[in-house]
Order: sequence, then structure tokens, then C-alpha cells
Amino acid sequence: MRVVIAEDLFLLRDGLTRMLQAHGLEITAAVDNGADLLKAVVADRPDAAIVDVRLPPTFTDEGIRAALAARREVPGLPVLVLSQYVEQLYARELLASGTGGIGYLLKDRVFESAQFVDAVRRVASGGTAMDPEVIARLLARNTGDTHLDALSPREREVLALMAEGRSNAAIAARLVITERAVAKHTASIFLKLDLQPSDDDNRRVLAVLAYLGG
Amino acid sequence: MAGEGPDGRRTRGRPPASGPSGPRPTRDVPSGWAETLDWAGGRLKVAGRGLVLGGLALTGLAVLLAVLAVLGVSVLLAVKAFSPYEELRKHLLGAGLLFVLWVAMGPVFLLCFRPVARLTRRLSARWCGVPIAAPYLPKPWADGGKGGLRRRLAWLLTDQATWRDLLWVTVDGFVGWVLAILPAGVMVLGVVGVVAPYATMSLRLFSVAVAAAGVWASPWLLRGYGAFARSMLAPTQQAELVLRVRQLAQTRSDALDTGAAEIRRIERDLHDGAQARLVAMGMTLDAAGQIIDTNPEAARALLYEARDASVKALAELRNLVRGIHPPILADRGLGEAIKALAMDSPMRIHLASDLYGRASAPVESAAYFAVSELLANVSKHAEARETWVDIRHTDGMLRIGVTDNGHGGADPARGSGLRGIERRLAAFDGILAVSSPPGGPTAVTMEIPCELSLPKTSFS
Repeated sequence: MRVVIAEDLFLLRDGLTRMLQAHGLEITAAVDNGADLLKAVVADRPDAAIVDVRLPPTFTDEGIRAALAARREVPGLPVLVLSQYVEQLYARELLASGTGGIGYLLKDRVFESAQFVDAVRRVASGGTAMDPEVIARLLARNTGDTHLDALSPREREVLALMAEGRSNAAIAARLVITERAVAKHTASIFLKLDLQPSDDDNRRVLAVLAYLGG
Repeated sequence: MAGEGPDGRRTRGRPPASGPSGPRPTRDVPSGWAETLDWAGGRLKVAGRGLVLGGLALTGLAVLLAVLAVLGVSVLLAVKAFSPYEELRKHLLGAGLLFVLWVAMGPVFLLCFRPVARLTRRLSARWCGVPIAAPYLPKPWADGGKGGLRRRLAWLLTDQATWRDLLWVTVDGFVGWVLAILPAGVMVLGVVGVVAPYATMSLRLFSVAVAAAGVWASPWLLRGYGAFARSMLAPTQQAELVLRVRQLAQTRSDALDTGAAEIRRIERDLHDGAQARLVAMGMTLDAAGQIIDTNPEAARALLYEARDASVKALAELRNLVRGIHPPILADRGLGEAIKALAMDSPMRIHLASDLYGRASAPVESAAYFAVSELLANVSKHAEARETWVDIRHTDGMLRIGVTDNGHGGADPARGSGLRGIERRLAAFDGILAVSSPPGGPTAVTMEIPCELSLPKTSFS
């Protein structure tokens, strides 16, 4: 799998490159600003782009804007945005930016390299990877929602993991239950939230995110 | 809401730039009976108000004369006391008593004129359409108890406005009231001129003409009286500067206090949080290094422990940064940052933001934390179902309204939160107005004078 990295801090850029290479990913370019990212994406046509939110010259949300611009240049380009902090607003903007996998994770998540690489692969294959903190804040925002309050504690756990973009198999492994049990929970969740059930993993994720995002 | 008179409680800040306007002279020629009646009624009202103002002037004069009479009598008695023909001791005692009375009562007499001047200012704004700002120095003991008698005396006697009030009562009592009662006077003149038995035809015509002109011009006459009052009752340039300097000194010290408290909080948070975790991480890593050859499994567990500690340290730093200057505020500006705030809140928040550019970073920060605190207040105390946040920038003024449909009863005098916001806004000459009747709704309006600059963009 071929990946482009945009990260302005040398240490992090270097670390990310090595870690992904160690997991068998090919890094076609590692750049340190948004403009170079655009060039690299257009030239290399990678399977995914990993972008830091803060990039020069403004060191604000340059990365988000660069990611959105890259998706306009290469429609359907999977993008994984990394940040020191997460905002629902940015998550929503990324999700609304057209087709193709989207990831939005805290930088801390790279510490757990196996999980992080899993997220990169998921995004590259058109899936979703939302940071648990985004999901926690979405759930906090929806306190008082009668449909959500109707969920059992276990169902809430499943819902949170599902909203992060994890597959049934991954959820099962995480909660140490069978996949069949996960399927039962998800069916129950969709019934209680009055959502259209779907076999497609990613469509399911987006439906849940849309529900939580209001 | 702010600056709209007695209903919206206006807290410390600049005096209102423009008060409520009184009746404006209309140039419309009255047509039809109803309008003529309206017009005449309006003129009668003007005349009545002029009479009240004239009465007020004469009342002030009466108080002044009473005070002077007491003074005169006491002086006379004192003179008598020192004349050798009278019983010296008795009158010396009387004069002494009067003198003590005077020293004690003098300031009280001076204070008598303050309500008269205050009332004139209010009536001038309401009836004459001429708002007059109050020129008095703030009480120096406002924050710490009642202050001693000497401080009160010094405050009263060194305030230029005290003596200008006295001057105003004198001038108004002798001259001003004539101007005030002119609108009523010309009406009386018209009537008397017509009905007087000895009047000749030309005299009648003349008086009717004068009365008609006077009645027509009466709103302007009243306005003229207001302008006259303003020339004496408004703060002088020097008084304005004194007030401004005091306010600046106060807000500067408040801003420094707030800043220092914030820095102490940050220091404490860093010390107890991220710093402590980094120390623990270092020790864990050291321990792992010592046993890595002998017990690699245990070393691995320690390494994971260190990694988890770093995640926790990062989370703490993130929260700390959010409290200092939220990244999204730096990224996107006030409107989007408050949108993000609204998205994190379980309340239903309707946001209307109409900003074409960015305010300066300190103003943005103050406004953001003010809104953040207000929203926290609403969700804590108001039991509101919905909240409306309205952000706009007009005429060099950033205006933010936060309104909820909760049960009201918020009082800036009691809540330390509202006082804190007020103090922080005051550093930017900003003000806070709260309207929160019991039963709700609560409307908080903030105004901060500032300019907006166009945002920089590199990706469009």
C-alpha cells in the first residue's frame, strides 16, 4: 500500500515513515507543507494521505484545508488527518468532503502502532477511522436523547466502537465477545435508534455518525 | 439592550454614548382633526414638562436660599456674640453650636443639590432629548466597606462636580427656570392677550402671533433648556479624563490580577499533571532499562506503562491548552470556535454569527471565554431548553447576545461568574448587560469595541 505523509515536525515525520515502513507500507512522499502535499498527491496517486492539522505557513488548520483541497484534486482520495486535539466541527467537515475513506485521529494514537496501521489500512480501503475522543464528545453532546438512553451499557460500548469505524470482527475482539453477539447488539442498536440496517460496514458507520451529529 | 436606560441594568463601564431620545420636533404640517389634536396635545405636554423643570429649578433655589439663610443667621449670631454689649457667654455658646452644626451639616447641604442635578439630568434626557452623562467621581470605598467620614468628606469636597452642581442650582434658580417655563408662558400670554379687557386689537394680534410662534417652537425651547443644562451639568473635559484614568487604572489592575491568577493556575496544573507524569515516565523507563537483560518481559510491561503515562500527559496538556487558548479559536476565529463549543454542548444552541473578519486575538479570547462561561452558567443554573447566541459586529462594536428560555433570576451582583466576565471585558472597554427577570428569559448582552481584520487564507 502506498502512502503520502504531510507533517511539519521532522521527528514525527521520520517516526511515522519508519513505523509505517516497518508494517510493510510504502511511503511515496513525506512532505512538510500543504502545497507539497497537493503536488505529491497529484503526482503519485497514493492509496492514502496522512496529514497533520497544523502545517506551515499559518500553523492553524492548514492541514484540514490541504486535505480538503487534495480531495478536490483527486476525488475519492482516502485521507487520514492527525491532530494534537480533536474538534467535532473538523470531523464533520471531513466527513462531508465527498467520497473516499476518512480518518481523524489524535496524534497519541500512533503510539499503538498496530491499531494505528489498522486504521490507515481501513481508511485506504474506503472505511472510516474516528478518534474515540470525537465519539465520546458526540455521545456527551447527545445526553438526554431518549433513543440513546434506551441502549444498554453494552450496546453503548458497541455503538461507540462502531462509530469509530471498526468492523464487527474488530469490535468482537476488543470486547472479547463473539462476532455473532456483536451482530445481535448492532441489530438491536439500529432498531432502537430507528436507523436503516445495512450490511455495508462503512455505510453503517456513517449512519451512526450522522445520527450522533444531529 | 445595553445603554437603553433603567430597564437594562448597565454595569460599570463607559457612560452611555446616547441616551433615550425625547420628543423630536416634527416638521410635519398637521392635517386632519385627529392629527391636530395630537399635535396640540404634544405641545401641551411640552409646556407641562417645562413647568415641571421650572418648578424643579425653583425648588433647588429654595433649598439653596434656606441653606444661605441658616448660614446668614449663624453669621449674624456670631457677630452679635463678639459685640461687647450682649451677654458674651450665652451667644458664644450659641455661635459655637451653630458653627459645629455648619461643619457637620455643610456636606449634607452640598449633597442636597446632587439629587436635584441628577433629576435634571434624567429629565433632560427623557423630555428634552439631551442626554447628560453623570460627572461624579466613583466612591473610592466602593470595594472595601463604607470608608471613614474623612474619606467621604474628601470624596465629596474634592469632586469638581459637587461645586458645579451648586453653581447649576444657583444659575438655574435665577435664570434657567425662565427658559424652562417659556413654552407654558407663551400659551398663557396668548390667552391673557386675547381675553384681557383693556387689550387693543393690535395688542391681541401681536400676542396671538407671539403665542403661536412660541407654541410652534416649544420643543426647540425645551431642547434649548436641555442644552443649557448640559453645558453646566455634563462632565467637563477634565472630569471625563479623571474618570477615564480611574477606570483605566482599575481595569488594568483587574486585568493583571486575572492574568496572574491564570498563570498560577497553569503553573499548578503543569506541576501536578504533565510534569509529574513525565517524572514518573522517566523513572519507569529507567527501571525498564535496568531489568531489560535479566527480565525482558517485565521490562516490556514497564515500557507499555511509560507509553500510557505519555498518553495521559498528552491528554492533560490538551485540556490545559484548551483552557488557555483553544486551538480552534486560533484556527478559525470566534464564530467557528463558538460553533464548536455549541456542538459539544448537550443543550440546543442556536447560533447566528455574522462576522466578516477576525477580531484581535485578546478580544477573541475574552469573548470566547465569556460565551463559554455564560453557556456553562445556563446549563448549570437556568434549566433552559434552548439558548440563542447571536454574534455581530456593527459600528466598530462586537456585540454578543446570549439568551436562554430558562427560569431567569440571574443577578450580576451575586454571581461571581458574571462579575468575572465583566472584569475581563472591562479590560477592553467592553461592557456586560444582564436582563433576567424571575421566570426568565435571561438575556446577556456583551459589547466590546474593536475592529475586525480580514482573515488570511492560503488555501481557498
